[in-house]
Parts: sequence; C-alpha cells; structure tokens
Amino acid sequence: MISHTDVKVTGTQINYYFICTTKLWLFSHHIQMEKESDEVSMGKHIHETSYERTKKNIIIDDVIAVDFIKKHDGIEIHDVKKSRKMEVAHRWQLLYYLYYLKQRGVSAIGVLDYPLLKKKEILHLGDSEERELEKLIQEILALVSSQMPSPMKRPLCKKCSYYEFCFGGE
Amino acid sequence: MKTNYYITKDGVLRRKENTVYFIDKTEQRALPIQKIYAIYAYGNLSFTSGVVSYLAKNGVPIHFFNSYGFYEGSLYPRETLVSGDATIKQAEHYLDGERRSILAKLFVEGAAKNILRNLNYYSKDTNSLTSYIEKIEHELGQLPGYTTIPQIMSVEGHIRDFYYSALDCIFPAEFQIGERVKRPPNNKTNTLLSFGNSLMYATVLSEIYNTQLNPTISFLHEPFERRFSLSLDVAEIFKPIIVDRVIFKLINKNMLDETDFSGDIGNMLLSESGRKKFLQEYHERLSRTIEHKGLGREVSYQRLIRLELYKLVKHVLGTQKYKPLVMWW
Ligand code: SF4
Repeated sequence: MISHTDVKVTGTQINYYFICTTKLWLFSHHIQMEKESDEVSMGKHIHETSYERTKKNIIIDDVIAVDFIKKHDGIEIHDVKKSRKMEVAHRWQLLYYLYYLKQRGVSAIGVLDYPLLKKKEILHLGDSEERELEKLIQEILALVSSQMPSPMKRPLCKKCSYYEFCFGGE
Repeated sequence: MKTNYYITKDGVLRRKENTVYFIDKTEQRALPIQKIYAIYAYGNLSFTSGVVSYLAKNGVPIHFFNSYGFYEGSLYPRETLVSGDATIKQAEHYLDGERRSILAKLFVEGAAKNILRNLNYYSKDTNSLTSYIEKIEHELGQLPGYTTIPQIMSVEGHIRDFYYSALDCIFPAEFQIGERVKRPPNNKTNTLLSFGNSLMYATVLSEIYNTQLNPTISFLHEPFERRFSLSLDVAEIFKPIIVDRVIFKLINKNMLDETDFSGDIGNMLLSESGRKKFLQEYHERLSRTIEHKGLGREVSYQRLIRLELYKLVKHVLGTQKYKPLVMWW
C-alpha cells in the first residue's frame, strides 16, 4: 500500500501511460507543445454543448480533473469523452480518481459519458483494480525518472501534439 | 494560419478590441490578433497603451530593426513553455566543454554543408567554383580534430571567406562582396547580407520562444555575444538555406536597381523599396513548403526551424543526437 502523501501521479499521467509512454514522459517533464490541437478544441466544444447546466471542470488537489460530480445516494464522478477509442486509458484514469478519493476516505463510483454515442459506462473500484493501480503508479514513477522512451510511430501519432517533436528529425 | 507582419514604415500600433491596427499618415491596416505570429518593425514604431501587453499576452514577439536593418531588440513575451528539466540539461551542455564543442561543431558542419549545397548548385554552370568547394571541404575535414570554441569558430570563419570569394566568381561586378564588412556594410551585397542575417536571427528567436529552449544559452557563440545568442547558433544552419538564396534570386533576376539602395559606398543601406523587395522574397521563402519524409507531410521552411529546435531539445534531453538540417531537396 502506498501512503497517499507520496502519490504525486495525476490522472492525465495514468491516461497517457496507456496511450504512449513517450507522451507520458514528455508531459511529466513539462515538455509541452504550443498549440491547442483541433482535437482539444473539439473536446471542449462537446463539453460546452452537451452539459451546459452541470458544474464542470472540477479539480481536486491538482490530481483529479473531472467534468462533473453528481450526488444521489452516493457520489458519482463523471467524465465526458467523445469516443471510445481510448477506452482503456479513460477507464483507468477514472478508476484512479476513485482510488485517490478512497485514500482520502471518500467512496464514489465513476461514470464515463459518451454523449455522441449516447452511452454510459459505470465503474466500481474493486480490490483487484486497486492492486493494479498501485502497480501502475510504481511503473509510472519509474518511467518518468528514467530516460525518455524513444518514440515509436503508430497511427495515433498523426493526431498527437508531439508528432512533429517525435518525428520531425528524420 | 498565423503569419508574420513586416512593417517598413513609421507609424503607430493601436489596439481596438481584438484587433491591432497599424496607422500612419496614409493608411490604417488591421492585424487580427489570431493571425499575428510575429511583427518585424523597420520604421519608427510607437504604441498606444495596452497594445504592448496585449501582444505579449498573446505570445506575439515584436522585433525591432534600425535603418540599416540591423537587429536592435525584441519585445519578447514571457515564456510560457518552461521546463526546468530542459533548461538544466541545456545549461549542462553549455558548461561541459566536451558536450558544448560537440554541438558547436554540429552547427558549423550544418552551415558548411548547406553552403556547399548552394555552391554545388552553381557549379553546374561554372567550373571556377570547384577549387573553393574543395577548400571548404578541406576545412570541414579539419573540424573533428578541433575541440576549443576559438578553433571551431575559425573553421567557420575560413569557410565563410571561401564561400564569399566563390560567390564573387559568379556575381556581376556591381554585387561583388570583396571582404565581408558588417558595421556599416560597405557595398550592396554586404548590405543585403547584413539585412538578411539580422532578419534570420529574429525569425529563429520567434521559433525558440515556442519551445522549451532558453534563448540565452548558446553553444557555438558565446552567451555574452548577444542577449539571445542561441538564435545566432541556429541561424547559422538557415542562413544559406533562406537568406543567401533570397539574395541570389534578387541579384540573378536583376530585381534590384539603384533606387533600392541609399547612402554611399562605405555606408550603404537598403531604401524602403529595397527593404520591401527583400522582405517579400524572404517571406515567400519562409512560407514555401517541401515534403518532409519523417513526417509524411508538407512543411514550410519556417516550420523547419521549429523542427530543428525540437531536435536540439531531444539532444539535450539525451534521447536523440542532434543532426543538423542539410538541404535534401
Ligand atoms: S507522436 Fe506518437 S510517439 Fe510521440 S508522443 Fe505522440 S503518440 Fe507518442
């Protein structure tokens, strides 16, 4: 069990781990690119149009950033996504939020909303997910403190904001 | 798409809502803020309040040049892409003599190879260049044996001397360089070179702003030479690709006449019409695109500068050794 004071991992880092470790490394070392890609502004647009009346962009401890929180019987953490392409990454990111909250004595469930697909996915944090997340955190910390992983070209690179950074030297 | 604005006249910059206006006696020109990449000011430019901070907030640098076209200074917006790691690593590469000289040599090598590309292009028509090309290649061959910055700089100096002598073989008499004289330039081509090199410096600086690199930490040039000396280093690679080729075109196509210069031999400058012609060709060249193999898409020459800086970031971070851009087209 990792004490919650030394966990400095953010949700974005968990997400990037599943997308690309080069991206994870660059982001973690504050190597960011100047332009908001169209992807980003598209994402914003969805947020603004689909959930206008709910409170959005809730940031907790600079670790969690979710779109909104609902309270019925328990707490629901909602994250809005536009497609299921990065589903695994989205899922672990949200599970990590649940884990993070649990460390602080708050139990919650997660909901991934796909307004464009009119779909929802409900996530619960179980023991096996917790163990998996703890391993993940260790791996991320190790990765970030070693050399930058060499970029590997895949189809998703073309839409990545680091594309020119990674492959412009060839 | 953002673009560079070149202001060759005296006037005022004023902000009205989301638009910046350039105003002078004869015109009022709108520069929408989302469109401005950088401003190059060649006249006396004054500002009404608010416009400077507005430009800075939007990450737009303004570069100032004097009547010779020499770079005077920039309003350089506060850096937003800061990475402590990258800065420390960049400084490490400066402080460690061996690592510094590796980079210094790579800048000289890249510049020399682009110079050779220019000369080889011309040597198709004339054999008189062959001996200069050989001399430059010989100098380049010496480079690996050198380790100190003065040695590396002297290779660079010799290569430039041979280069300009070679160009004198093909330029018409009116445009002979003779000796490279900078301050003030003493003849037409020296004037063009000074003008273009200052411009290149500012263009590279605008690109550095959009990366994590610190513009004050350089490798080939000494950091105290100019405030933003990293620009001098990287400009070496691009001068032959961009500035020199603009000058070749202006000269070879007979695009310049007496009215484009003012002042006397020994103290010559570009007139307003000369500046306009130069800036137009320069801008055209920066915007020109070529197919980039690694990216599988077209990139502009201006973008190539950014890519070069990304390569440097990767070099200092230790992920990929820097290899200077040599024209492949
Ligand atoms: S371009 Fe590709 S390799 Fe580079 S960070 Fe993005 S996803 Fe990773």
